[in-house]
This record gives sequence, structure tokens and C-alpha cells, in this order.
Amino acid sequence: MEVLVCVKRVPTVGGTIMVTDDGQEVDTRASGFTVSPHEECAVEEAVQVTERLGGSVTVLTLGPPDAADQLRDMLALGATRAVLLETDGREWGPIATAAAIAEAAIAGAAGGGTGGGGTGGGPAGGGGYDLLLFGNEAADTGDYQVGVRVAHLLALPCVTGVKKLEISASGDGGRARREYRGTQEVFDFALPAVITVKEGINLPRYPSLPGRLRARRAPIERHQPQWQPDGLRKQRLRVPAAQGKQAQLLGTGTDAVPALVALLDELGMLP
Amino acid sequence: MTVLCLVERDGPGIADASLRALSFARQLAAQSGETLAAAMFAPAGDVPAGDVPVGDVPAGDALAGVPADILAAWGCADAYVVRSARLAGYAPVAWARALAQLAGVCSASAVVAAGTDRGSEVLAHLGAAAGLPVAAGCVSAVRVSAGAVQLVRQRWAGSLLEDAVLEASPALLTVAVDAVAAEPAPVPAAASVHEHHPELDDADVAVCAVESAERGGGVSLATARVVVGGGRGVGGPDGFAALEDLAGLLGGTVGVSRVVTSQGWRPHQQQVGQTGTRISPELYLACGISGAIQHMAGCQSAKHIVAINTDPNAPIMSRAGYAVVGDLNQVIPALVTALRNRAARPERG
Repeated sequence: MEVLVCVKRVPTVGGTIMVTDDGQEVDTRASGFTVSPHEECAVEEAVQVTERLGGSVTVLTLGPPDAADQLRDMLALGATRAVLLETDGREWGPIATAAAIAEAAIAGAAGGGTGGGGTGGGPAGGGGYDLLLFGNEAADTGDYQVGVRVAHLLALPCVTGVKKLEISASGDGGRARREYRGTQEVFDFALPAVITVKEGINLPRYPSLPGRLRARRAPIERHQPQWQPDGLRKQRLRVPAAQGKQAQLLGTGTDAVPALVALLDELGMLP
Repeated sequence: MTVLCLVERDGPGIADASLRALSFARQLAAQSGETLAAAMFAPAGDVPAGDVPVGDVPAGDALAGVPADILAAWGCADAYVVRSARLAGYAPVAWARALAQLAGVCSASAVVAAGTDRGSEVLAHLGAAAGLPVAAGCVSAVRVSAGAVQLVRQRWAGSLLEDAVLEASPALLTVAVDAVAAEPAPVPAAASVHEHHPELDDADVAVCAVESAERGGGVSLATARVVVGGGRGVGGPDGFAALEDLAGLLGGTVGVSRVVTSQGWRPHQQQVGQTGTRISPELYLACGISGAIQHMAGCQSAKHIVAINTDPNAPIMSRAGYAVVGDLNQVIPALVTALRNRAARPERG
């Protein structure tokens, strides 16, 4: 089972978020970078699938040269190969990103994959990958598109928003479950396929010390794909008008309990 | 020209998210004198018998289930109901293809969907198949020319806004449903109902929902009237018993922050936030939660937020309406006791 997992480097954001003076990006001078949460789960899922069925996990990102840090984090979690599609720091839209990923996928798994290619129903297939995993949407842009667009470019089936994934032991298909308005939807699919996952599908492991050491020394393949405009032009980012309020203090410690009860009563929360 | 809006059902009615999308789409249409059309899919199993001609047919029994009165009140001049013998269930590629065909039928300048899982997925497929960009998470949109829409969209689930121009025809937009109000049209429209039979082939239904089973009961986090939230300050898995007690007394449910689920203290389905559940309760009692933007993105629709935190400078203190500075592990049990004593007072019956 050859698995490709695509991750995105995003700023680590905590209690506040600020924008650079030119309004073009999130101010990261006081923060670091991380991998979008859904995608960390995608890597964990890929590692679990290959632990069960054999094979290897390639982790790929499109981003600036420093995004190698995020690839090493994912190698430490158990990915075996890393591919960096280097950009010049410009933001890439979903169309350009998907085109670059599809091209890299067609270039194929290292040493040739075990499956894929012939059974996808399309001319491109999975390029040697049996399973292509993405996060459902990136934490920053929330575009919900890159996985779907890659599926169309490779003529592969696609299920999004997946919270539970089963791959058959024979490796030719699987079943994905997700939530819809409080119920469960179930999709059967043939491999190779594109699956986008959501946090909650698993609990990502912490990297082991040997994993970290291996990741630090691992080679990272680098390619320079071509940027293209995609019809949605960012003008500027801004922080929404501040709430500007400070909470009304009800009290300190258990002394505040009578005021809390009075408030709950006033808000109509008590029977 | 028309603005075409994908509408999701909610039982016999229309999903709240889709009403918000319709409000957004109607405003976009009104600015340039365009009409609003709704696209909805026949319930799974309601399929035409035999070969039916493609095109409009008179509204008959098959269309009786269409909530035309709601669509009229929301300003839809036309409503298209997509029916196909190939659609045994929700199939994202087929929905996107049918929507693309409808966009052609009604000369759509824009196709709009709620930014729900389903709406986002269908528009992504539509954009991918047509090679068109999709602007996701839009808060507002104004048509500035035949080929361009000036828009504001969410980033970081609403913690940031982006001003952008979308140059594409048709313009494909999903709506940030927690930032757009559901408002009926000032003047109702006709809501003429048409049936649409899309051309679909096997590949379009290769991925199709085959089963949809109800999940277990309990108060749903997304629709709960009261949510008692617990964060890192709860201290561990055992600390949630008091929060459960309080939620029970208030007729609500427990929600948690991301750190709680990533520590494995509570299951992910209880997570409130950008990568968990978006809640909109009357009351959100945030206990031991610092207020990271990803968490606030999930609870910003709460009517009242009460924060209980040991740190008076935690970010949550500037997002909450009311605050108690203190240790939740003392305050919550004391509050539970006070509420129980109050309920037990005989004069309260």
C-alpha cells in the first residue's frame, strides 16, 4: 500500500492573530509554524494503514523552503519519504496547488508503487500511489478544494470529510464514514482514491525520540513547480472589528457562586 | 441572468444554513437586477419511473414535497428539483454535474452554496470539473462587472477576513453560514417549480452514500441550548464529572477545547472549535479555557459567554460577557451544590 499524504504549513496561532503591515499575510514574528490539524491526522491515518497492510508513506507539502521543518515533523511520526514542492513564498491558490500535487503524484512513488495506475479508471490513476490523503480543509484558507481538484486531475474517486476509514486487506477498495447533520454517511470506493479526513478520525501519536533523530537526517526531495493565477485575487487580510469588550466580573473563586446563580436565573437558564 | 443557489433539505423544510445562503444569493442577485433560483435534489428513492424527457414538466404529485412557500418567501423566482433514476443517494460528483447543467439552463452568473460539508464539497467538484475557481467562506459579495465579484471571505474560520476579487464566470461562492443572517425577501417571489432531469453516467455515481444510520441520542452539541465547556484547566479526565453534573442541571451538554481531545481526556465529538463542532447556544460556560482563536471560532455564535478562569488576562476574558476569576475545580462543584439546594427548597415546589 503506497500512501501519499499532503500537508500544509500554517502559522501557529493562539489567543490572538495579527496581520503584517502590508495586509498580505499573518504576522508570524511572534509565533512558529505547524501542520494544519486535519492533516496531522491524515499522516497518522496513513501510518496506521501501512502498519496494518504494509507499504510506505510519502509526505508532501507545497510551501517555502522552510516547510522542510513540517515535513521532518511528519517523518518523525512515521512517514518514510518527504517531497517539498518549493515556492517563492507567494500564496498558492487551490487550482495551482492541486496542479502541482497532481504532477508530483504522477511522477510517482519512489521505486514504483505496488498498486494504482491501472485501476483508477482514468489515464493518470494514482501515479503508483494507492491512497492519496489530504486534510478536509486547511486551517488558514479553509478552501475545501485541493483534494477534490487533485482527484479530478487524476480521475480518481474522492470522499471528503472522512471520520473513519477502512481499507480492505486485499488493498483494492475501502469504506469511508463521515457525519452529515447528525447522521452517518457511508461511502464505498475503489482504490486508488483520494480521501480527505477530519480531526477525530484518530489521535495522532507523539513522535518518538528515534523517530525525531531519523527525521532530522532524512533526505527531502525538492521540486520547483510553476505558479499560476487562479481567478481569485487576494487584496488584503484584516482582523474583524474588535469585540472591544471586557467581561463583567462576577467575583473571585467560590465567592462568585451567588452572583453566578443570579445570572443563570436572570438569563432564564434555571427551571 | 440568474444567481443559482444550492438548497439542502431539513426534513420537509430547508436547512437553516441554506436559508442563509439564499439570503446571501438574493442580495448578490438584487444588486444587478438578476433573479434568484433555487436548486434542490429529490429525496433519495424519489426517482422518475422509466425514461423521462429531459426538461421542465408541470408540477405534479412528485413535486408536492417541495417547500415552495419557503422558497417564495426567500425570494426565489424559480425552483429546480433535480431527479434522476441514477441518484439512489447523495453522490457529490453527480450533484456537481447536475448543478453545472442547471447553471447552463438558467444562464447563471453565479452559483452559491452554504459553506456546509455538503455545499463546500459540491462546489469544489463543480469548480474542479469546470476548471473554475471557488471563493469559499464568503461573508459578502458585490458584482462589480459582468466577469468580476468583489467579496469578503473568512480565513481562520472567521478570525480574519480577506478582501478579494473573483474573476470567473460563473462565479462559484460558498457562504460562511455563521456570519450571514437568514432573512426573508422584502417581497416574496413566484417560486415556480420545475423538474430537472440531469444527464448522468455511471462515473458520476461511483462515489455515492450507501447507508445513513442515525447516531446515538443525548443532547446534540451543535444544537444544545446550554454548553458547559472544559479546557486544560479541568486538569484531567476525572475533572469532567462536575461539568457533566452542571450540564445535567442546566439541561445542556459538555463541550471541550482541542487540548482536551488531543490529550485523550474526552472524545473528539465533544470538541468545540474550528476543527470540531460549531455551537450556537443561549449560554456557553467556558471553564478553564484560555480562548485560542480556533476555539472562539466554534463558539462565537453563543448568545452569552461566561468564563471561569484562574487567569484574569486570558484571551477568553475579552470575548466573554461575564467572568469569574477562580479555579473551576472549586467553583463548579460549589455552583452544582448551590443549584441543587435551590431546586430542593420546598417553597420553589
